[in-house]
Amino acid sequence: MRYLCLIYDNEKAWEKLPKEEADSVFGEYFSFTEGIKQAGQYVGGEALQPTPTATTVRVRNGKVQTTDGPFAETKEQLGGYYLIDARDLNDAIQVAAKIPSARYGSVEVRPIMEITSMDGA
Amino acid sequence: MFEQGDVRERIDKIYRSDSRRVLATLIRLLGDFDLAEEATQDAFAAAVDRWPADGIPANPRTWLVSTGRFKAIDRLRRRATFDNRLAPVLRRVDTVVEQPEVDETQVEDDRLRLIFTCCHPALGHDSRIALTLREVCGLTTEEIAHAYLTPAPTIAQRIVRAKAKIRDASIPYQVPTLADLPERLHTVLHVIYLVFNEGYSASSGTTLVRHDLSSEAITLGRLLVELLPEPESLGLLALMLLHDARRLARVSPEGELVLLDDQDRSLWNRPQITEGCKLVERALTSGPIGPYSLQAAIAAVHGEALTAGETDWPQIVGLYDLLMFLEPTPIVELNRAVAVAMRDGAAKGLEQIDTIIRRGQLPEYHLAHAARADLLRRLGRTGEAIESYERALDLNTQEPERRFLSRRIAELRG
Repeated sequence: MRYLCLIYDNEKAWEKLPKEEADSVFGEYFSFTEGIKQAGQYVGGEALQPTPTATTVRVRNGKVQTTDGPFAETKEQLGGYYLIDARDLNDAIQVAAKIPSARYGSVEVRPIMEITSMDGA
Repeated sequence: MFEQGDVRERIDKIYRSDSRRVLATLIRLLGDFDLAEEATQDAFAAAVDRWPADGIPANPRTWLVSTGRFKAIDRLRRRATFDNRLAPVLRRVDTVVEQPEVDETQVEDDRLRLIFTCCHPALGHDSRIALTLREVCGLTTEEIAHAYLTPAPTIAQRIVRAKAKIRDASIPYQVPTLADLPERLHTVLHVIYLVFNEGYSASSGTTLVRHDLSSEAITLGRLLVELLPEPESLGLLALMLLHDARRLARVSPEGELVLLDDQDRSLWNRPQITEGCKLVERALTSGPIGPYSLQAAIAAVHGEALTAGETDWPQIVGLYDLLMFLEPTPIVELNRAVAVAMRDGAAKGLEQIDTIIRRGQLPEYHLAHAARADLLRRLGRTGEAIESYERALDLNTQEPERRFLSRRIAELRG
């Protein structure tokens, strides 16, 4: 089963982090990613630019509306994701708990909806 | 050959004792809660149909599981004709070559799997409770709704959503690994304890005790002790038995709350207290001591006192000290303060309660103010006692407790 692990943390806190500490967290991310790659659980994953770079798009009455930033002000922001392959939810929770940001922020684990075609393939 | 009525009676009896076991095994074999529930019903319906003529099989449970499984495959085949998406499910179920065994260990494992799955931490609190009562205890949605004074559609929705999450997020049907066991067991014990508490001290409404929920919780506790006799499983069962043993004395014939000190101890269920005390001893000597075992030990000290005056308060304070070490919460501290008041006098207890309230940790907790009021009353500080009782009354939503507090206020004013 595939699960998307959405990583939320406080990007303001990130900005304030001294360089050595930030480097050490990056190091942790690097080894975490290596670890799940070797375990064959890595499907994909990226870090995102912070929310000031975000644009929200809506289409209403056929017109494209764009607004600056994400639509909600929250304490924690989406900062990146991993798409993983796990045996079941317990397995996925184990993987998510090892994502370094789980210790500062939170990780939302969402199962991927597997769409099977209607002809049974 | 059996008489028709005899067979029906036997089937009813087997339904009561084994339908949850059959369900637990079918969930494992079929990999789906709803399908397994239908299959369980189908299997018992087939028994009603066939056993009067064919006789009761040597191992009814094995027969029921295997019949249920075939009925489920039939159902899936019929549906797959109309719905192609079921083909993969059918393939999976059909390829389970393993025949349901008479193996008792396997059956007991399935019951544990069911408990741990229903109490999975990825499910919401209310869902865990509803699902456990429905699937493990076999209560109907209406019975759960009635016990929780909640509309039946709300409970039904909780159960449907929980099952959907189990299916869609792939919550595994497993007993947790040894490494995860302490934390996962804690979740299970907490669900049982919440069910018991709701029955023992209903959080709202007009009656004080909803015995049906307490007894379901005790049944669950017994089941867990039978399947997984960890120290805290023993401790929780002991705690529930010891509290429940005082049930009759805790409410007056008029439905009013009677405090521990004023209870008629001849109404206490002595055999149940003895059973509870034995379990406490087992819990305290069989491994690491946990909070449920300590609370049970405190209840056991109360249970052993034949009159309120004989209560061993120094021992109770000592047990609260240990509990504070494991669970340093304001509520435990409050209870300890009440015990200190009994050991060292009301003034000492009051000092400690005031410290807790001043820290602002329990400002909205009615019992803190009720306990404070009671100590002030004993110290003869009537005016302040009335104020505290009124504060407790404002915060309390449970009718019998509210009547008790009002009575106290009236007495002091009188």
